[in-house]
Amino acid sequence: MRITHHKIFWVWDYDKEEAWLNEMSSKGLALISVGFCTYVFEEAEPNEYSIRLELLNQVPSHQESQKYLRFLEETGVEHVGSYLRWAYFRQKKTNEAFHLFSDNRSRIAHLNRILTLLGMFAVLELYFAVNNLFLYFGADATVFNLSGGMLTGVLGVFIAFGFLRIHQKKRALQKELQLFE
Amino acid sequence: MVNPNGALTEGVYYILLSLLTPMHGYGIMQHVEMLSGGRVKLAAGTLYGAMNTMLERDWIQALPGAADKRKKEYMITDMGKEVLSQELNRLEELVANGKTLLGGRAT
Repeated sequence: MRITHHKIFWVWDYDKEEAWLNEMSSKGLALISVGFCTYVFEEAEPNEYSIRLELLNQVPSHQESQKYLRFLEETGVEHVGSYLRWAYFRQKKTNEAFHLFSDNRSRIAHLNRILTLLGMFAVLELYFAVNNLFLYFGADATVFNLSGGMLTGVLGVFIAFGFLRIHQKKRALQKELQLFE
Repeated sequence: MVNPNGALTEGVYYILLSLLTPMHGYGIMQHVEMLSGGRVKLAAGTLYGAMNTMLERDWIQALPGAADKRKKEYMITDMGKEVLSQELNRLEELVANGKTLLGGRAT
């Protein structure tokens, strides 16, 4: 039997999303496909799978991603589905947890990918915000400029907050790298 | 020739050692874990990234492989062996110094 859940996670909360999906797995609901704020589960043994998320370098259909996905498959990691560049993986649980990364360097490289994405959106939104607000206080602008400017401004600040959250994570790992590999 | 960037990561060192015999990705993960007595467990994403860089630098190569073999196999190159032996020298220096300076005091 298939069960569909709708839930919103912010990009910078991807680890919470991962934790939620693993919690579902522990209740016997294994992820089988994903979409925009949509998760489809199938009944499985409780704790049969563990789930990991990764922001890929390229969209999943890209040749580079295809090569990566095939490599993962050969190691027993199943690609459940993707939403944009976010890929969802699962692996049958053995006695140890399944991870995609085993050293801080590769964890940092992944966080950098997320930072680039968030940084781009934050700058874009803030640019629109400033532009619209300037227009509004300048010459012949409309209320649309004001509301649009405020909306994109709030969004931009919000995304910038997410950027900082991920950046803190990265800093912690970098500190670790000064002492340990 | 000395490795210009100093130490190899533990993972890279063990991957190179493993690839003295041809192996596919999953085989490397298992071999490294076995070699290190279960201490070093390479995750697939990390392994893939490291191997890609090593392929770019010609430290390892993908074997052409028979058509019936689904999994791609890899093997170390001569350059990879050179890198590995330099790393071994470096490690021996570290161990020797550690033993000399700390050896007598360790309780």
